[in-house]
Amino acid sequence: MINVTVKLFAQYRENRFKVEQRVYKKGIHASEIIEELGVAKALPIGVLMVNSRHESESYILQEGDIIALFPKVGGG
Amino acid sequence: MSDLIYRVNMSNLSFSIEEVPAGWMGLGGRGLTSTIVASEVDPECHPLGPNNKMVFAPGLLSGTSASNSGRNSLGAKSPLTGGIKESNVGGTSAGIFSKLGVKALIIEGIPQDTSSFYQLHITKDNVEFIKVPELVGKNNYFVLDAMLAKYDKKVAVMSIGRPGEMCMLTSNISVKDPKGKLRSHGRGGLGAVMGSKKIKCITVDAADYKEVTIADPEKFKAASKIFTKALQENPISGEGLPAFGTNVLVNIINEAGGLPTRNFRSGTFEFAENICGETMAENIKARGGDTTHGCHAGCVIQCSQTYNDKDGKYLTSGFEYEMIWAFGANLGIKDLDLIAKIDALMDDLGLDAIETGVTLGLAVDAGILEYGDGERAYKLIAEDIANGTPLGRIIGSGAGNLGKLYGLVRVPVVKNQSIPAYEPRAIKGQGVTYVTTPMGADHTAGYAVATNILNSGGYVDPLKKEGQVELSRNLQIASAAVDSTGMCIFVAFPALDDPACLPALIDMINARFGIAITADDVMNLGKNILKTEHAFNLKAGLGNASDRIPEFMKYEKLPPHNVVWDFTNEEIDEFWNF
Repeated sequence: MINVTVKLFAQYRENRFKVEQRVYKKGIHASEIIEELGVAKALPIGVLMVNSRHESESYILQEGDIIALFPKVGGG
Repeated sequence: MSDLIYRVNMSNLSFSIEEVPAGWMGLGGRGLTSTIVASEVDPECHPLGPNNKMVFAPGLLSGTSASNSGRNSLGAKSPLTGGIKESNVGGTSAGIFSKLGVKALIIEGIPQDTSSFYQLHITKDNVEFIKVPELVGKNNYFVLDAMLAKYDKKVAVMSIGRPGEMCMLTSNISVKDPKGKLRSHGRGGLGAVMGSKKIKCITVDAADYKEVTIADPEKFKAASKIFTKALQENPISGEGLPAFGTNVLVNIINEAGGLPTRNFRSGTFEFAENICGETMAENIKARGGDTTHGCHAGCVIQCSQTYNDKDGKYLTSGFEYEMIWAFGANLGIKDLDLIAKIDALMDDLGLDAIETGVTLGLAVDAGILEYGDGERAYKLIAEDIANGTPLGRIIGSGAGNLGKLYGLVRVPVVKNQSIPAYEPRAIKGQGVTYVTTPMGADHTAGYAVATNILNSGGYVDPLKKEGQVELSRNLQIASAAVDSTGMCIFVAFPALDDPACLPALIDMINARFGIAITADDVMNLGKNILKTEHAFNLKAGLGNASDRIPEFMKYEKLPPHNVVWDFTNEEIDEFWNF
């Protein structure tokens, strides 16, 4: 098992959480975490970062990773 | 009747109303202001002297029913950068200028007798010059109330506060918005240019205007429908911006390690959660404010808001990401309500949030205040800047000048204008925009954050150099064109990702004027605007050596990615090869 910090932002926080330490099976893909949390049902993933770097949903999580999930956001 | 050029000469308090020269006919907004400034203003003139001019121009679609078309451009030689400047604003001025048939308002000269300030009142056939001793020493809301008492409630009002009267380089020009709050021609010290011309406020008559003429109303309506749908269906302009405002950016820029913190010492702020858009939206919900407020009539995005204090009492509106970043992460203030209080104060005084916030962040290095001391920051603005004390004058002259006076090296400016809320070392495409735009460090000139961080218009890795110059160039060309239409910059999000958006925008321009321009024509317009502005800057002495990042960013590693600015001069100068 591995420890992963999951951060959610914008609409993804509604009825969920801002940040949580979670335990996952080794070899888990980012897409499986997205599926488990159900965040992408209403609003697709806009940006996925692991340890402050953009990654794809096929990324395989490692011990201690910080994964951050955002719907499409913008401003300026 | 076709639109006309209104020309005001402050030297002898006269005006003329002129036909539009053929070469200016197809231009509006930034395209028109930059063309006029480049052809009529001596690039070597003193920006606060008699030979600088202010040029206001609504966008090509302003005054029509097109969604988000209410931006007004103001051009001049900037006293902050010494180069050409275009600053555009929401509010009601663009629509009213267009409906009155004013294609551009050019203001030149300086009164012989500089002891009085004037109000200019623009009506269909006349410009009145009214001495306003009762407004001197007053700030924007006082002026706004006085004008609303005097005219029809829809009157457009553009004004300066006390810092503008004192010709401070951090001063801006405030514009009334549809809810009676203020928006700003924010950057480049244009409030000082208005102050130098002894103009306290400009009002534009709204009692007597007519609707703008549309050459092909059916075609316009059809294109407008597609365009509005593209704005509403885009997840950013249709969902994220209305729900969280521009301040939704705090968390994502922080997460990416690109949020300039404590005068650009780090790319992350440990109190980001205190000041982020999600917290702001929660506060608004709990306190009875309003998350959706358009800065101009016809806005369907509604990214602005009304923000109340804990007791439900109004604190501020138009509370933007760059303001919250400048006083939050950059100055270390973690109390969002205190930042809101400072925002309202600066609206009233007419101060550029970015220039003032970055200058105060630098003032910590000068020993003037401590990080996080919001009360002291408030006082420095309310007492020193507002009253023009010597310290207030120093802060009010912007970061570049404060840095020189205190012998500081870590001065985050390009062309003497403060770098805004995105770290150039960690968001390199945005850095390319800061160094190359003729405007001085300006995030709106070519918003590479979209593609570096937000996955809009594709993805270019923010930490690598590859592809950034081309990305910034394409965005700057497109932005120069969009800035000419009167459109809000946030139409860029659907335009980058929705193929229906840009053709609909072009169709609206064609239907408005009965012309047949193509996407290529629009890109060529953008290129011509940039080249015109660049040529002005070269003559003003801002050559390649001014297209550079502050040196400390080349040798000081920025955490958490521990990156430096690593472009060569040749790589940057390649930008202008188009």
